[in-house]
Amino acid sequence: MSAVAAPWVDRATEWRAFRAVLHRDLYVTWRELPAFLAQVILQPLFLLFVFGKVLGSLDLTRPGYADLLFPGLLALTSVLTAMQTLAFPLVAEFGWTKEIEDRLMAPMPTAFVAAEKVLFAIVRSFVATLIMLPVGVLILGSIPWRWSGLPLFVAGLFLGALVGAGFGLLMGTLVQPQRINLLFSLVFTPLLFTGCSQYPWPSLARLRWFQVVTAANPMTYVSESLRGALVPSVPHIPPWICLLVLVFAICVLMTVGVKGFYRRAID
Amino acid sequence: MTRPRGGFLRTAVDTEKGTPLRNDAGRRGCHGQPRLGDEVAEESGDRLAALDRASRERIRVPNVHPRPYDFEMSGELPTDGPAVEVVDLVKRYPKSPVNAVDGVSFSVPAGEVFGLLGPNGAGKTTTVGMLTTRVRPSDGHALVGGVDVVGDPVGARKQVAVVPQRSNLDRSISIRDNLVFHAAYHGVPARERLERADELLDQFGLLDRSGDKPDFFSGGQSQRVMIARALMHAPRVLFLDEPTTGLDPAARLFVWDRLRELRESDVTLILTTHDMDEAALLADRVAIMDHGRLLALDTPEALIDSLEGEGTLELAADLPADGAVLEALAGLSGVAHVEPVQMHTENGEAPPPADSQPLRVRLYLTGDAALLVAPAAAVLSEHGLALQDVKLGTPTLEDVFIDLTGRTLR
Repeated sequence: MSAVAAPWVDRATEWRAFRAVLHRDLYVTWRELPAFLAQVILQPLFLLFVFGKVLGSLDLTRPGYADLLFPGLLALTSVLTAMQTLAFPLVAEFGWTKEIEDRLMAPMPTAFVAAEKVLFAIVRSFVATLIMLPVGVLILGSIPWRWSGLPLFVAGLFLGALVGAGFGLLMGTLVQPQRINLLFSLVFTPLLFTGCSQYPWPSLARLRWFQVVTAANPMTYVSESLRGALVPSVPHIPPWICLLVLVFAICVLMTVGVKGFYRRAID
Repeated sequence: MTRPRGGFLRTAVDTEKGTPLRNDAGRRGCHGQPRLGDEVAEESGDRLAALDRASRERIRVPNVHPRPYDFEMSGELPTDGPAVEVVDLVKRYPKSPVNAVDGVSFSVPAGEVFGLLGPNGAGKTTTVGMLTTRVRPSDGHALVGGVDVVGDPVGARKQVAVVPQRSNLDRSISIRDNLVFHAAYHGVPARERLERADELLDQFGLLDRSGDKPDFFSGGQSQRVMIARALMHAPRVLFLDEPTTGLDPAARLFVWDRLRELRESDVTLILTTHDMDEAALLADRVAIMDHGRLLALDTPEALIDSLEGEGTLELAADLPADGAVLEALAGLSGVAHVEPVQMHTENGEAPPPADSQPLRVRLYLTGDAALLVAPAAAVLSEHGLALQDVKLGTPTLEDVFIDLTGRTLR
């Protein structure tokens, strides 16, 4: 009997385990779709509505502000969705539900469990960002769009999702469960407002110290690359700098994040 | 502080529980087991069999045996050799001055039920953690199903399943989905995993709740779901960490029944417990652990037999007695030690002085307790006392632990 190994006992088992875990995550997301949409869309939707529509209608912003705001909000959605997808479940799963144990005991390397989380975060981040496109049309009437900017647009979103996932991995493995509230106040809010989603970075020259602060937030480079893709007429950081900084930030965040993941997964 | 080995527990239990004297009488109370009819027979005979009888009377459990798996998990692996082999395993945590596991070695043949018995903090869970790839050993090595847990953790994970102490069920999905996805992680074919999930849910009495999410389950139910989940991928070795800690008596008996059924299958069971009843009832062999070290390893019977005393004999007479009686009893051949037993009053008042109460003594014996009943009764009658009550007892695994460490398990 031992000679007749079933065909599914081989190295492919590891990838099958990876796919099964991803399937589980997608299955849960699908079944909780309204909750997922509310979680990822509500915040950018209100920002878009208030800053893009309401303030514009009251003539409190200059014409064209909505056009430079919209790419910034896409960047925000991209980064924060990926981050939320990873950070909160990870804190809970390592902290008290211990749900992750069953996946850590699946026949695949521990790094695959982390990689699956990152891939899932990217998927959710893409879905959330793409949903923002029709939402933008609905609220603003029209959104800035350039087909020639598509490669940069996709690259920006992808790297944005990875940066968010890197933050999520880091936060999810560093933050103690009892400190989960601090994640909101100390990490989310500063990230949200220093990521140049509501203003273009070069225009901050008049507020030099804040320009320096925002330069330290990787989300800034996501916002700027998306502006470069969709509204290149607005002054922005050159795309190659954005992509380079993002790749560097991703390398750092992922290295530390995966290390943290291993520390929590294996004693 | 030094105290006579063994004697401490016995007196302590007597005083605390106020029950007639045998140390395991107090424990039975803890487990909520009914006092069973024929006491002498029960005390001297197979207490566990009686426990089992009681459990089956109280809960009707269908005796289902898992059908053989349609799929073969371990075809590529050696089928002979021990299921688990541990050599000089050490776990040292960075900030701890002592080793959590300190040079443990043992080997578990396939199909055995192996119990790791010890108090909390003995290193049982850490040992299981290392065998299940979740804790990295500091030294030594461990093989599960012939696979090195450090060298090939993925291969090792294919071999094992873990039922942890606390629920780690996936709360976002139903218990049926918990089983099905677990099997999918392990690559069980789709049709097989659906069939098997229903089958196991049925065996574990959960079929009617298969659509519910784990949040609505009690501790005992979660435990059952986790054992069912663990069996989904036909593991070679199933680790159970304190499988019945915190469960009510009925749930505990149900889990015990399921685990005993698993003995009939090929799966090797490794269970950690601090409950000697559980170890004695379920395990073929028991390893006693304390402070990260393995103190003894043998069948429960052999461990108990290794104790000097073969049993205890408890006598109650109709009248108070003086020291002369005790001396005469101690002089009987086969008596190692005599200890007067003090009865507690029901309402917690201080007991009357021992010499004003009818005599009650426990004899610790080196030989068979039954053979000493008549000589002891003769001694009593020589001193003008009539024998009123007799209890024969056998030592338990807890006595073995006390003998090895001088401490109780709890």
